Amino acid sequence: MLLAAGPFIPQWAIFIITIAFAKGLVALGLMLLLRAGLISFGQALYYCLGAYAAGALGRFMGISDVLAQMLAGALVAGFAAFILGFLLAKYRGIFFGLLSLALSMILYGLLVKNEALGSTDGFNILPSTLFGVRPGPEWVRYAVLASAAIVSLLLALAVHRYLATPLGRLAPAIKDNEIRVEYMGASARRAVHVKYVIAAVLAGVGGALAATTVGHIDPEMAFWTTSGEFIFITILAGTGSVVAPFAGALIYGVIHTTAYDLSPNTWQMSLGLALLLIIVFLPEGLWSMFRRRYARHP
Amino acid sequence: MPAILDARGLCKTFGAVTAANEVSAAIERDSVVGLIGTNGAGKTTFINMITGYIKPDRGSIAYEGRDITALPPRDITRLGICRSFQIPQLYRSLSVFDNMMVGLGIVLRNAGVAGFFSLRDGPVPGYGKSAPEVAEHLLERFGLADYRNRDAQVLPGGARKLLDIALTMVAKPRILLLDEPTSGVSAEEKFGIMQMVLEAVRAEGATVLFVEHDMEIVSRFAQRVLAFYDGRIIADAAPQAALGDPEVQRYVAGTRA
Repeated sequence: MLLAAGPFIPQWAIFIITIAFAKGLVALGLMLLLRAGLISFGQALYYCLGAYAAGALGRFMGISDVLAQMLAGALVAGFAAFILGFLLAKYRGIFFGLLSLALSMILYGLLVKNEALGSTDGFNILPSTLFGVRPGPEWVRYAVLASAAIVSLLLALAVHRYLATPLGRLAPAIKDNEIRVEYMGASARRAVHVKYVIAAVLAGVGGALAATTVGHIDPEMAFWTTSGEFIFITILAGTGSVVAPFAGALIYGVIHTTAYDLSPNTWQMSLGLALLLIIVFLPEGLWSMFRRRYARHP
Repeated sequence: MPAILDARGLCKTFGAVTAANEVSAAIERDSVVGLIGTNGAGKTTFINMITGYIKPDRGSIAYEGRDITALPPRDITRLGICRSFQIPQLYRSLSVFDNMMVGLGIVLRNAGVAGFFSLRDGPVPGYGKSAPEVAEHLLERFGLADYRNRDAQVLPGGARKLLDIALTMVAKPRILLLDEPTSGVSAEEKFGIMQMVLEAVRAEGATVLFVEHDMEIVSRFAQRVLAFYDGRIIADAAPQAALGDPEVQRYVAGTRA
């Protein structure tokens, strides 16, 4: 539907929707962790790694294919998370959150110091191509949006399937009672490690997508406020469904843009107010509105 | 008859406290063994050493001739030695049915019959039925069918205990260690619960070790009693003989026996 409507969507809306897919992917990963009771305050680490992986592909190898960029983002972020996961999977609660925050700020620090990668200014991304074809200027954004939609759909389906596997179903059990999980023959640490890597892969794809959509990357993508944005989206959306993070990201994008238009100096206040209302009235996120409706008619 | 579980010379100290001092016991297949002793006598330490939660300082534990002393709890569970808890360890935000399904999911995954690419989950090993069927079957056996859709955190005490024990059964244990199965349960319910648990467990064919403070329950349900005192086993005999032992009367049973 979105693909068919694509050519008729105004360019600025295409931009908002594509970015919503990028951030929705990151929030989808955070949702996986949140279901197991873990909040990462540093998911921007993998978002930024994905973006720089995509950027480096163009800068050093001249590759600007959107799908190749997303694949590179996934691989680099996934590999980093696999390594760091050995450390992080041991921690829970506030320790997990702050350690992930610290790691993302280390990347921020490294990028700021790195002249080859443009330091604080970052660098521009080559214009996107798809399967070796460079679409005309009016079609580029549409091509990126279409790739984003298809890749997001496939990843969301994969996560949906994962949630139905024994390992996926373990999430609330880990949150509730890790001792019992161990005594029933599963390793909670390993399950957390797997979820952490999946979340990073999703964030890496999201970062690569954002990079190619915006056309520019800088260390700000690893800054803690970026991580905060992702948590905002995840809480706004709720953990009820794999569709929720994307809906949440889109709503976030719309609120953000509108608030910025109406009042450029106090848009943060509007966002804060929105989050406050969600937490007070819909503590399980926007998605819980749908679930409640279904729950009444089982 | 060869022992299914053979503990030899187990020693464990926590600082100045001796929790196990040369504890040895061979458990026969299909027997029901009661562990008695005052608090701190070493019963739970014994269970914790068998299930891998605590490593003994010295001594060894063999299960069907295989040394399991160094294994972590999850590997010991996979071998078929499962335990319940004095304080029920449930997934409190999940329904009773989902509690069972989480456990069954782990069993299916460990057996390699459920995963990302399997279109349909295989049968549960040992039961030959699908996971939901096994869950219903066990809930029925443990009298929990009426609580099926309730969250674990709102269950009454007796049902919490039963669910805790029912959860151990998903892996079709060969040896089941029950840590005070009737503690926190009202006096009227105790016998009924113990009866139901042992019937359900024996029907699935497991050897049972249970920790118990109520000597009436012990004498009625145990075939053999291990009495613990100060980290040692001071009596190992049939219930009547063990409970009549002067040392046991003095240190464990008090005036009640």
